[in-house]
Amino acid sequence: MDDHDTTLAPAPRKVVLGFQDVEDLTAPDLPTEPVPLNMGPSHPAMHGTVRMVLEVEGERISSADIQIGYLHRCFEKESESATWTQVFPYTDRLNYISPMLNNVGYAMAVEKLLDITKEIPERAQYIRVIVGEVSRITDHLTCLGASAMELGAFTVFLYALKAREWLFELLEEVCGARLTSTYLRIGGVAYDLPPEFDAKLRGILARTQIVLSDISKLLDRNRIFRDRMDGIGIITQEDAISYGITGPVGRSTGLAYDVRKDHPYLVYDRFDFDVPIGSTGDNFDRYAVRVEEIHQSIRILDQALKQIPGGPVMHGDPRIALPPKSETYNSIEAMIAHFKIIMDGIHVPSGEVYSFTEAGNGELGFFIVSDGTGRPWKCRVRPPCFPATAVLTKVLPGLFIADVVPTFGMINMIGGECDR
Amino acid sequence: MAQIVLDQLAAKFTGGEILESGTSHGDEWARIRRDAWLAVGEFLRDDAATKMQMFIDLTCVDRLGMHGGNPDAPRFDVVLHLYSVVHKHRVRLYCGVTEDDASVDTLCGLWEGANWFEREAYDLYGVRFKGHPDLRRILMYPEFVGHPLRKDYPKEKRQPLVRRNAATRE
Amino acid sequence: MSAAEWVISKVTDATNWARKFSLFQYPFVTACCGMEFMSVAAPKYDIARFGAEFPRFSPRQADLLIIVGTITERQGPALRRIYDQMCEPKWVVAFGVCASTGGFYQNYSTMPGADQVVPVDVYIPGCPPRPEQVLDGLIMLQERIQRGEGHSQITIAAEGAQRKAEKLGQTYEGPLVSIRPIGEHPKLETK
Repeated sequence: MDDHDTTLAPAPRKVVLGFQDVEDLTAPDLPTEPVPLNMGPSHPAMHGTVRMVLEVEGERISSADIQIGYLHRCFEKESESATWTQVFPYTDRLNYISPMLNNVGYAMAVEKLLDITKEIPERAQYIRVIVGEVSRITDHLTCLGASAMELGAFTVFLYALKAREWLFELLEEVCGARLTSTYLRIGGVAYDLPPEFDAKLRGILARTQIVLSDISKLLDRNRIFRDRMDGIGIITQEDAISYGITGPVGRSTGLAYDVRKDHPYLVYDRFDFDVPIGSTGDNFDRYAVRVEEIHQSIRILDQALKQIPGGPVMHGDPRIALPPKSETYNSIEAMIAHFKIIMDGIHVPSGEVYSFTEAGNGELGFFIVSDGTGRPWKCRVRPPCFPATAVLTKVLPGLFIADVVPTFGMINMIGGECDR
Repeated sequence: MAQIVLDQLAAKFTGGEILESGTSHGDEWARIRRDAWLAVGEFLRDDAATKMQMFIDLTCVDRLGMHGGNPDAPRFDVVLHLYSVVHKHRVRLYCGVTEDDASVDTLCGLWEGANWFEREAYDLYGVRFKGHPDLRRILMYPEFVGHPLRKDYPKEKRQPLVRRNAATRE
Repeated sequence: MSAAEWVISKVTDATNWARKFSLFQYPFVTACCGMEFMSVAAPKYDIARFGAEFPRFSPRQADLLIIVGTITERQGPALRRIYDQMCEPKWVVAFGVCASTGGFYQNYSTMPGADQVVPVDVYIPGCPPRPEQVLDGLIMLQERIQRGEGHSQITIAAEGAQRKAEKLGQTYEGPLVSIRPIGEHPKLETK
């Protein structure tokens, strides 16, 4: 070897330029040592709080241990001491970027146990669909905005939040709170829609479509974005089925399962909408599926606003629904009914039921066990992002450290839902 | 809706492994004897008529002191939900587990998704899963003592890791 | 007061004025309040108008620790360590009712307020607080900074006074603060 002869120039190294080659294949491998690297639990890209203990060799991850539980707020234990209606605020804070969808899931579970699913007034069902789809749009906008920001596209974040702000103000007019709404009740919804809701929502949806087209123009054919998202973080369809991953992440792998289409609930069978399915299961597919789902949600909202009938928004049975205030203050029967529901809780007959809906991240299941009293015996949430986070222990090894950021962002793990 | 699943189970397992089964509120369910847990799971996953390849949920129910409950029944029930993407049906399986011997076979070999769900059931209820590759706490921290979702764990019993010294404004 | 003291007090006022309008925030985001934090940073409610624009994601470079969302017992050591890593003067804002008092969570895992672990200057209640409420809390914090009433500012002054009293052999009569020993940290998870 000519190591000691410095007069000779070293042999020219062949560096192949191209999309795939990131390492010089002709140079001898440098020795590496595995290094433990801790990401989190307070980390800007760890949405909510997750700790990833990675073992890296150079820049490549060789193993990943994902530690969740930093936001375990004991939803199940709290719901065991609350009445059936008092659980609604806890459900808001599960997937906190689409709180209405959690409310819908829980309300439907209790109604299934009460066997009143068919007796919910039609207007209430349409309202549930409408606010649910609005929540789904806020969920996807937040996910896209936050993930894009972490890749450096700060403008996309501001555009997405601008659109989300309009929707929050609309939800505030409906139920009084921008984020944690607690709008649903067992048997219907708490209040009717405000006047002019139709016109306002249509205006917002038109502007949201403009925002989405701006975002697409910035990201879809952006070289940096595509390079960081294409082919990264691939989840296979077999893994998605075996782990139980549903929702946009599951559909991006090619798994054609959407609860709204396969097991329609509320009035979803009356709408005409498509379900986007990905092909490769990489990050870009998850992004594209979410963008298209926003468009489909806008389509559903358009049809729902046309079809919504008039009528009551709450079930009529005084053992389930609070009587109107005018009656509560003026008649003894209504006052007693009000008192019993508030103090004891709705008496749900004993039994166990599992009810599932399509939340922002996939199949949100509620397995509730009732012992016949006004408080749940057990109220289990089956979180859709729990298995999606679990699959990361399989997907991350082999990726670069920098790939963790878009992959984790596109899984859309929401701490409140994963840790409950 | 998923009666075929219960029928297939009854046809295949005739040795008393299926203790009870039924339909309630539109959900099909079956109670499985503990030693047949793995065999039933494997059958449901692979049989062509059931094809329950999607793992949905695994949790526990603690029936200690349940109003109207059976005092002789085992304290914990491990509850499993499975779904078939092909046939679009689902089933719920129960497995009764006593307090003294709170353990059941792991399903990690059949469905990879079972891994984290079983860790959570162990963490919150104390039910052990025999053969699990990595059975440790997932939602609570390792220093935590006890299994918080059991009915005899008080809701507000905290085990703090760190507290500030307010007297010296630290 | 003497001329030197007058000059020092004016310099302190000017320094506090500069500090309050250039807060570098470390958003310790855990839960739902994070969504409202994002809204506060978004164009409509713009926190940049108040000088607290860009988040510094390293505690070494930040001076305002905004604790956004529920703190669990598991998160406690991490929060404490991040607070300790920040340089003084530093301020802490508890954003949301979970960070202030635990919120409506009263259970085995939720810490009843972040002030169990770090001294908090301003508590912003709300579940989640409206962005206007957050800006109100921020302005309240800025006023406290101007008056020198943040916990960290009092601690620095008191530490100095304690040391001076010890050196001169006088009795110290002010708020008791610990002259911090170096090298003590709460145990973190090592697994």
